[in-house]
Amino acid sequence: MEGAWRGGGLDKEEVERYARQLVLPSFGVANQRKLKESSVLVVGAGGLGSPVCLYLAAAGVGRIGVVDHDHVEKSNLHRQVLHAEDQVGTHKAVSASISMHRLNSTTTVETHVDGFRPKAALKLVEGYDVVVDASDNPATRYCVNDACVIANRPLVSGAAIGTDGQLSVYNHGEGGPCYRCVWPDPPASGSCQRCSDHGVLGVLPGIIGTLQALETIKVITGIGECTSGKLLMFDGLCTGFRTLKLRGRQASCAACGPEATITRDTIAAYDYEAKCGGPMHDRGEGACLKVLGKDRRVSCSRLSERMEEAVGRGGDRDFVLMDVRPRPEFDFAHLPGSVSLPMEDLEEAASGGEGAGLGAYVDNGKDVLVVCRRGNDSQVAVRRLEEAGVANAFDVEGGLQSWSQTVDPTFPLY
Amino acid sequence: MGEVRLRVLYFAAAREAAGVESEEVSLEEEGTDDRGTPYATTEALEELLLGRYPKLKDIFRTVVLAVNMDYVDKGARVKLAPGDEVALIPPIGGG
Ligand SMILES: [Zn+2]
Repeated sequence: MEGAWRGGGLDKEEVERYARQLVLPSFGVANQRKLKESSVLVVGAGGLGSPVCLYLAAAGVGRIGVVDHDHVEKSNLHRQVLHAEDQVGTHKAVSASISMHRLNSTTTVETHVDGFRPKAALKLVEGYDVVVDASDNPATRYCVNDACVIANRPLVSGAAIGTDGQLSVYNHGEGGPCYRCVWPDPPASGSCQRCSDHGVLGVLPGIIGTLQALETIKVITGIGECTSGKLLMFDGLCTGFRTLKLRGRQASCAACGPEATITRDTIAAYDYEAKCGGPMHDRGEGACLKVLGKDRRVSCSRLSERMEEAVGRGGDRDFVLMDVRPRPEFDFAHLPGSVSLPMEDLEEAASGGEGAGLGAYVDNGKDVLVVCRRGNDSQVAVRRLEEAGVANAFDVEGGLQSWSQTVDPTFPLY
Repeated sequence: MGEVRLRVLYFAAAREAAGVESEEVSLEEEGTDDRGTPYATTEALEELLLGRYPKLKDIFRTVVLAVNMDYVDKGARVKLAPGDEVALIPPIGGG
């Protein structure tokens, strides 16, 4: 028999798939159609981007663009639930598209594998109705914001670190402020990434990213009231939300004010990395800092030799091996015989003058070999030690990352 | 002159820098409003907190202040009444 039924423009498959939100009085078929006809750009396929991508695909958003530049690493899996074990090593945007397709093959997914860069920012953003900032660094956040202001796109912004999260919808609604209106002063740009990256409890970006998916659905459909002109803050330790009331657009804003300096003509050449808090892309491994000359550095293989030589002498080391990583990292893996003196404590001990506070760590005249995660902090530490009067301090080049890659592959890479 | 007792809340990196989540702070009274209630200012609070927690200096340029969960414009000198709750909110960059 010929099918004879009428509906709101969705086919049988769609009605069956989205039934649970179609029956919702505050949602209904008209809003489902809006999702289907909409497009969303998700900047970052990491901890925040994971629930954003998954829920928006599942909810029936018609077209999703996903931007990333990175590949999936093992240490991503505890929070980036878009990626599975067998996707380690795959490009994140590609991995995201595989996962979304698995979840909803009717959503069109577009991958942008070069990351979010000022040159291409405007073109990317103009290709979509709504933009979700799920990035992981300040420079990208400012760049995404500026592109959204110029292209007049709403920006659903989320951030998470440690056990804290923040959420707001910028550049949306009557006089809604942009990211720059609220945060006019970007962090100072360190020229190089430090070794002690901040940790994050895996579920935190999950919570904030899920809220971003909700806000995106609200922006697209117009249901409810979205978090525009407000900043929602989440404290994961006491499981509490607080809402801060923001001001409207600021006349002094460099992006959305009447005398904006960041415009359609200037954004491509704007130096976000220099002006807005550092690198837009985690360059990953290795030391990028060059503080010390060659004479103050030893390689991991030389360290290994010196450790072996000491074993030959019955364990009598003619050097001190100082590990300056934060304590939690020392606790999960360190080299035998190394002493833990986290950077912070070292700064404090060294500021006592003449190495007063360092006595417990520095053994009369022995070389001090300093190791950290990637070989950046250790160079700074050697400088501090020199300033505090410890003349024979050396940096272990490339840190424990290099140790794992060149000496002992059983040492965890993280 | 009396004092103005406030509650200060620290969020994210500000909490790490201060080492506390929240605390009571007393500021010297700077004057009284037209109802006779004493007040202090955000300026005095900033000075006190930066002196007390040197690590706050590193992040302070990005920190937003909120009085009773109401955004305070950058650099604005806002009057604080006894019992006000002042929050230090740095942007979170990560994700
Ligand atoms: Zn603005």
